[in-house]
Amino acid sequence: MSNPAKEDKAKARLGRAGVWGFWGILTLMLVAGGCQFGASDAHHSLVIAGSTSVQPFAEKLAEIFMHQHPKALINVQGGGSSAGIYAARQGAADLGASSRELVAAEKDLVEIPIAYDGIAVIVHPSNPITDLTLEQLRRVFQGRLQDWGALGLKPHPIHLITREEGSGTREAFEHLVMGQAEITPAALVQDSNGSVRELVAGDPYSLGYISVGLVDGRVKAVAIDGISPTPENIKNRTYELVRRFLLVSRTPPAGLGKAFVEFILSPQGQNILEAEGLVGMK
Amino acid sequence: MGQGKFIERVLFLLALSAISSLVLITVFIFMEGLPLILQTGLKDFILSSHWAPTKGHFGIAAMIVSSLLVTLGALVIGVPLGLACAIVLAEFSHERVKTILKPTLELLAGIPSVVYGFLGVIWLVPLIRNYLGGPGLSLLAASLILGIMILPTVISISIDALTAVPALYREGSIALGATQWQTVRRVVLPAASSGIITAIILGMGRAVGETMAVIMVAGNALQLPTSILDPVRTLTSNIALELGYASGRHREALFATGIVLFVIIMILNFSATVLTRRR
Amino acid sequence: MRLDPRITQSLMKTLLWSLTGFTLLVLIFIIVDISIKGLPQITPMFLFQDPQDMGRAGGIFSTIVATAYITLLAILLASPLGVGTAIYLTEYTREGLATRIIRFGAECLAGVPSIILGLFGFVLFVMKLKLGWSVLSGGLTLAIMVLPIIIRTSEEAIKAVPQEYRQVCYSLGMSQWQTITRIVLPSALPGITTGIMLSVGRSLGETAVLLFTAGAALRAPVSLFDSGRTMAVHFYILAREGLSMPNAYGTAAILMVSILLINLTAYTLMQRLMKRYS
Repeated sequence: MSNPAKEDKAKARLGRAGVWGFWGILTLMLVAGGCQFGASDAHHSLVIAGSTSVQPFAEKLAEIFMHQHPKALINVQGGGSSAGIYAARQGAADLGASSRELVAAEKDLVEIPIAYDGIAVIVHPSNPITDLTLEQLRRVFQGRLQDWGALGLKPHPIHLITREEGSGTREAFEHLVMGQAEITPAALVQDSNGSVRELVAGDPYSLGYISVGLVDGRVKAVAIDGISPTPENIKNRTYELVRRFLLVSRTPPAGLGKAFVEFILSPQGQNILEAEGLVGMK
Repeated sequence: MGQGKFIERVLFLLALSAISSLVLITVFIFMEGLPLILQTGLKDFILSSHWAPTKGHFGIAAMIVSSLLVTLGALVIGVPLGLACAIVLAEFSHERVKTILKPTLELLAGIPSVVYGFLGVIWLVPLIRNYLGGPGLSLLAASLILGIMILPTVISISIDALTAVPALYREGSIALGATQWQTVRRVVLPAASSGIITAIILGMGRAVGETMAVIMVAGNALQLPTSILDPVRTLTSNIALELGYASGRHREALFATGIVLFVIIMILNFSATVLTRRR
Repeated sequence: MRLDPRITQSLMKTLLWSLTGFTLLVLIFIIVDISIKGLPQITPMFLFQDPQDMGRAGGIFSTIVATAYITLLAILLASPLGVGTAIYLTEYTREGLATRIIRFGAECLAGVPSIILGLFGFVLFVMKLKLGWSVLSGGLTLAIMVLPIIIRTSEEAIKAVPQEYRQVCYSLGMSQWQTITRIVLPSALPGITTGIMLSVGRSLGETAVLLFTAGAALRAPVSLFDSGRTMAVHFYILAREGLSMPNAYGTAAILMVSILLINLTAYTLMQRLMKRYS
């Protein structure tokens, strides 16, 4: 038979060990953290914030750049085009990334175009549709054409997906497709290219739009007015849904910022972007 | 000034940290959002449902309604389940079962909200899309997920309320020949009612304020929903969706959305506090 | 028609038990689903390698580092404030207007939704104080979030220390502060630790606050002013952008297991403390 007093004592000891163990771990983490913070002064870091469309490409570029320059440290943030531009103006970021053109009030900033990006209209791979006219696309996003039946397919409501207000991709889409018309409030709203793609990949009746660079095998890009969003068609502008990716800064980038921009615009950087599905500036 | 007095002053300053944080939060949210509400007019802001902030339309009526509907849905799911668990644990189970079940159910509170949202997207949304129709991301999906998320709040506060009812009440009722269930329904529940209402109010607060799970499963469409299968956007998801992208008046509009949310939450908190105190 | 009370009783009992059973099933489903798909992903490589290709490949090391820094900072900031508040409330004042206001503040703060805290942290720390999206902004905002938890548990723990302990100290001529630091706080330490553990658990799972204050940079932060992506934020991005389901499940499993372990330990500690002094 176990001795209750002994058991209690053992339990108490275990409890004490737990408490001190926890504090021990906290202290260790503190010391380790302190060391690393202390050692960090030698580094110089560059902060890039903004468009979630540009973010994955900027991360890729930063990854490779930092691999070549082990001393350099580049932090890539999301946030959105407007936030990126705002952050660059405020100095919260060294470079702002934008997937829309600057408006008049922002023209005082330095703008560096880094690539062209098409906007692909995507559907589920099982969807037989291959082509939409620009007019059809506009009517669908206005909410005036709500059923796949009206596009010659088996009747079923279209599950329409758009981006949120303020997104550079949405602004470019509105500018290029919608004109003065507004996107219907019945559309689902997702806050990044990736999440639009996820939804479309999972829903056979959905229709959305994302950056061409992010189209993969799980979704199908449709042709607009008979023209597919291939790199060729984007480069010679026969595919019309195209916008520029910009980096912006308050003053012309210097030091690490300059080196990174030069890297992006170098043949190597441009090739990386093209390999990821964008179209280079040259 | 003696050492004791000095220490007391310092501790008093520390003790002000919570209330001053609350004041700071209130001040900053109002400072950023109030100008827009004043410009747009409170009436237009909360009664119009035309939200196109980059084009100068700031109406959040649809989001207020959606937030309330999602919360109502969460209560419809969460309150019966939560109360059932609380009654079973407090009244119908042995001490041994209780010591195992109670912490187990409280584990629900520790699961991060993004995990709830993720599982909602993976399991619940396709089920709704395939068997009930619509895009799956919907008022219904959000209500179900939130209903589960508020369970820990509802359960633990209800249990406290039920166990606080003196055993004498139960013994009296049983002695009069009532069954255990009759005792629970006629004696224990009424005696614990204010505590249970507090539990429901705090659960509401949790549901109204939840963001990440809702953003993942609610679909975020701007319309007023006409069925439970329609996608909706709540006040919280409106802020989180657009905050990163907003600048200027658009950003002010999101802080203004925050003000409305904050006021709703504070009313709920306040009523919960008053109820608890009366008890 | 009236049913026999005994029949109603067994009907109701069956109903209530099945609802409870259903709730348990949901909980078990969540834990099992995440564990089955997530635990096999957790290898030393997954834990100690940085994410590559935006999280599609590689591990989650940098997010573990960011999580540790931000959580640690939040705890370091919130603990003195929270414990100090608890000492003031229990040892230095009688119930009155001041304590009512302080308690009301803590209760309300506990109810403030994380998105509001995120908004606040974004405008004050990130923008107004120009700290940027950083470990510092995230830690400061999280500290405000966990403050009420620490206050409440510390207060309970200090209150649970028997009054006789204090009287003995006073009779030995110790000052109030000596009594608190030498006797009361050491006795209440397990309870205070509980509160801190719960705060760590809460911080690990938080997303909305950190997305807008600490940002989402994938590099491990090396200074307080670097942005850092915590595990929860990383999981959110992986899952939402569909970058890698295995990595998302792996991250979710680590998050869930560590939070559940922390909470369970905290819970047992608290039970033991309550038993000892009651």
